[in-house]
Amino acid sequence: MGYVAVQGGITAIENSQKLNRYLRLRGSSAPVSVAQIMDQMGPLVDRVMSEGGLYSPFHAALALKQASGDPLEASFLLRAYRSTLRRMVDSLPVRTDGMRILRRISSAFKTIPGGQVLGSTSDYEQRILDFSLAEETEEAQRAAVRAFAASVATAAGLPDAAPLEPERFRKVVSNLREQGLVAPSPLGDPGPPTDITQESTAFPLDRSGRLQMLARAETGGVLALAYSSMRGYGSVHPTVAELRVGRAQVRIPHPFRKGEAVALGSIVVTEVEIVASVQRLEGEETPTFSLGYGACFGHNEVKAISTAVLDRAMKSPSPKDPAEDQEFVLLHTDGIESSGFCSHFKLPHYVTFQADLDRLRDMRGDRE
Amino acid sequence: MTLQDLLPARGFQYNFAFIDEGAKREVRRALLKAVALPGHQVPFASPELPIARGWGTGGLQVTMSLIGPNDVLKIIDQGCDGSVNAVNLRKLLVATTGVRTTFDSREATLMQSRHRLPEIPMTEGQIAVLQVPLPEPLRLVEPSEVETRRMHAEGDYARMWVSLYEDVVQNGSVSLSWGYPCRVNDSYIMSPSPLPRWDLHMLHQAEHLTLLGAGREKRVYAVPPHTSVRPLEFDDLPFTVENFAGLSCVRCGSTDTFLDEIYDEETGKSFRVCSDSGYCDLVREGKIRVRSAAHA
Repeated sequence: MGYVAVQGGITAIENSQKLNRYLRLRGSSAPVSVAQIMDQMGPLVDRVMSEGGLYSPFHAALALKQASGDPLEASFLLRAYRSTLRRMVDSLPVRTDGMRILRRISSAFKTIPGGQVLGSTSDYEQRILDFSLAEETEEAQRAAVRAFAASVATAAGLPDAAPLEPERFRKVVSNLREQGLVAPSPLGDPGPPTDITQESTAFPLDRSGRLQMLARAETGGVLALAYSSMRGYGSVHPTVAELRVGRAQVRIPHPFRKGEAVALGSIVVTEVEIVASVQRLEGEETPTFSLGYGACFGHNEVKAISTAVLDRAMKSPSPKDPAEDQEFVLLHTDGIESSGFCSHFKLPHYVTFQADLDRLRDMRGDRE
Repeated sequence: MTLQDLLPARGFQYNFAFIDEGAKREVRRALLKAVALPGHQVPFASPELPIARGWGTGGLQVTMSLIGPNDVLKIIDQGCDGSVNAVNLRKLLVATTGVRTTFDSREATLMQSRHRLPEIPMTEGQIAVLQVPLPEPLRLVEPSEVETRRMHAEGDYARMWVSLYEDVVQNGSVSLSWGYPCRVNDSYIMSPSPLPRWDLHMLHQAEHLTLLGAGREKRVYAVPPHTSVRPLEFDDLPFTVENFAGLSCVRCGSTDTFLDEIYDEETGKSFRVCSDSGYCDLVREGKIRVRSAAHA
């Protein structure tokens, strides 16, 4: 009888988990190692760290392995793991102008302080399937690595070389700011940032909270909304003043020596500043460019640019398009929340549907 | 702070009831405020759990923040103890607390549920924890959170009433089926989880405490004991519950319970069973008599 179908949940769940494991392993290929995922699927690992809100390539790669490569599921695993970790200390603000640059470009000016660094990008690759990769051998791998190392002058040129002394490159935007062409930074100390993991978000949310929510948002989600603003439902046509990818040092206050800091290590971040349409601030005579800022863990340029576009869009003084509405953008782009709610519709809704049926039959007069 | 504090804890083990004590305190503070302001939605941090958003994380955090080693726990989904999600949540709570569980709602000190209250009204000392997907009743008429909070603060419920009126004009009756908006303590309008209309009378002037948790939306709210919970209705169009007239449960014969509709695979004919499986079993086992029809 149908009634029994919802019973026996324990056995069904256990068998379903066994089936998942079987499906992941049934092929004859060797198990994928966590190290392989970390080494060879960088963008995917970065995306999971960013959406999971935890900077740890190892845990992100492990989550990806467990989730058979599903980024939403892997980010969820990582986010749930993160909630169990003790929060020990707040880091000092990360100085991104001192990051070790892996890539740095500007589409606003040909020459920028410190120079443009193309770095690693697939932007200018022809997207042609490379069938030789299907047969890639370990010898070929070693030969390619050796050849690349030999081609760069010093070991320091390798992207994973030991961190150098930070290079301080002035931001492109600082130049514009000095000329008064962009809105000045808000005056004064903005105070301690909102912590979206400790407080429930209340709207209107301050900028630190908005940027935090976007930093954990799902890449596809922020891209879709930012695209809507670029394409037609909005007016943010960004010029990328600067896009940086690099290793930034994370420092904390020294536990004993007041006023000193200890470096814990470095994290790869992508940071974007866009210059958008000309605006005239309230009470200001002269027009300026408006700015948008985006940053996320790892190397994820689409997400950082989209974040910057949405940051700018949400600053609109009179929101009318979807991407300009804080609640619309921030409450609908978290991958863990949206995918969880979307999947919950698979749960039994027998009672609520029965209540729906009751209303419909009543309105149709089926029970006269 | 010492250097030791900066090292990761060794032999890491999950806390009793999974979430840490600080997080529990935060939930309990929010719950106290919720009890003090019946029907008012109180924000809380709602960190991620190992259960997906939308699958009961709000109710789960409320339960986790309240449960003690001596509690007796009942977990149901759609009224059923054996439903897969109820089984999954029970497994997590038992694994992290070791508490005793029950299918008999009368034995439970703490009862977590999705979409139903047990047919037997709960009593003093019992706590009902309801999982809530959409805590905001005004979302029906207003998408913005800033705006709905203002409307609650000012008791500005005119648009809600107008929408019910329009519903009646267009459909002949209020078409809202579950999560029917209720006025709590003659003050806030509340979304009663998505309970069917059938269950709402059990919230009104109840002996037990009801706590509602919405994890994804990061809100908790409460109906304390002996508090009025009145479904919104017009004087000339009284609120009605689901109509199961002439139907009875094929398992236990009850004629006064919320009945699920089941279709026989072979004949295609429909029959009815109690949605509250614990109650149905008790009647079958002869442990309780079939009640007089509460909704007759």
